[in-house]
Amino acid sequence: MMPGMLERLLLLAATLLIPVAIRMAFVLAPTEGKMGEVQRIFYFHVPSAEMAFLGVGLSALFSVVYLYGRRRLVDVMAEAAAELGCLFCTIVLVTGPIWARPIWGVWWTGEVRLTSTLVLWLILVGYLLLRQSAADREQAARWGAIAAIVGALDMPIIYKSVEWWRGLHPKVLKISGGGGLDPVMGQALLVSSLAFLLLFAVLFMARVRLGLLEEEAESLARAVDRRAATAGGAPAGGVS
Amino acid sequence: MSYLRVVGLVAAKDLRTELRSREQAVSLLVFALLILVVFHFAFDVTVPDFTAFGPGMLWVAFTFSGVLALNHAFRIEREQDRIDGILSAPIDRSAFYLGKVLSTVIFMAAVEVVLVPLAAILFNRAFDGRLALTAAALLLNLVGFAAVGTLFAAVTTATRRSEMLLPLLLFPAAVPIALAAVRTTGHLLAGRPFERFAHWVWLSVAYDLIFLAVAVLLFDFAIDE
Repeated sequence: MMPGMLERLLLLAATLLIPVAIRMAFVLAPTEGKMGEVQRIFYFHVPSAEMAFLGVGLSALFSVVYLYGRRRLVDVMAEAAAELGCLFCTIVLVTGPIWARPIWGVWWTGEVRLTSTLVLWLILVGYLLLRQSAADREQAARWGAIAAIVGALDMPIIYKSVEWWRGLHPKVLKISGGGGLDPVMGQALLVSSLAFLLLFAVLFMARVRLGLLEEEAESLARAVDRRAATAGGAPAGGVS
Repeated sequence: MSYLRVVGLVAAKDLRTELRSREQAVSLLVFALLILVVFHFAFDVTVPDFTAFGPGMLWVAFTFSGVLALNHAFRIEREQDRIDGILSAPIDRSAFYLGKVLSTVIFMAAVEVVLVPLAAILFNRAFDGRLALTAAALLLNLVGFAAVGTLFAAVTTATRRSEMLLPLLLFPAAVPIALAAVRTTGHLLAGRPFERFAHWVWLSVAYDLIFLAVAVLLFDFAIDE
């Protein structure tokens, strides 16, 4: 079966590339002059942020496609992308303060990227909670699509508004702060981003497969209910 | 029936219901006032502070009471499935949406009309001179808040957890509107020229237009059941 093959291939590639990325991040990349070892968190922080945005973007895209065609598969994909977006966004929010504490001296500031990432996380959590509150899958899909589209369109506006709110803000997140960026650092970041992308793809495919299995289980449970009802017996358990 | 007439009729229906029952205007207002009183005690706000913190406090009061208004706006439709009557009527659903936005804006504006002078008394600070501009700025941001809020309320009131869900979805999405509203009012209070905060006004205008358009396109999916 093709999809299963692709998933296994991606899993294999991710399994091979992730150790390489870790080695590049911790061993091969030179220690940054001003920030020291803590700078290495960037090789995980930055790719996580990229994957968070990828998740949100894909979710909004699949949501638009879902509202057009109402294909179940597309909704499962939209949900999977949003869940992964939420996961990677959480990683960004955890790794960011770990870096900020020794470098900026504070866990948290009102800096524009921090604040808008937090707002993005809240939007994603709201999306997932909204889906949970729906009565059935069709409703969850429609509602989720609305929340995903509004959220994705809102992101640039939120970013701009938070930026203006704070006035001036330092461009501290430039790796190694201007100067000469060591080529190995750039390579490590690239390899790490690629490894995260593969991880994202593997998780995405697994989550989509799980979503489809959930649907199948539900429709089977409904069929059992119907059969029990027509046979005059008690229903064999509700749809979760 | 023309599109705009439907919008007007839906809003008029809501206002008429409210004028007859008066169930929400009073509670909204008292709730918003209560928030200001809590701020007054909690931060021991002095007169000069109000220029800095007043707009933020006012906007917290507006948004919190606004969420109540939005929940109410759709709960009255969901009760006894009244919404089915509207959905089966031969009208454009987006006109129904815009009518709901209009009535919400009117309710929230009514709260603000009473609340702003009360705040001026409570904190001993008048909105001297630039009343019309302040009102226009508040209205501009109300439209954006109501545009997204009405879309989300149409969805959340179909659940039993709307009181929790609506603010959870709406507040993050309304961050730009809240920031723009607070900054615009702040600049107006401090008596600064328009050029200093024009970008905030344009941000609000852009937000209003984008999300009114998006919501008009998406509203069908929010209530199609």
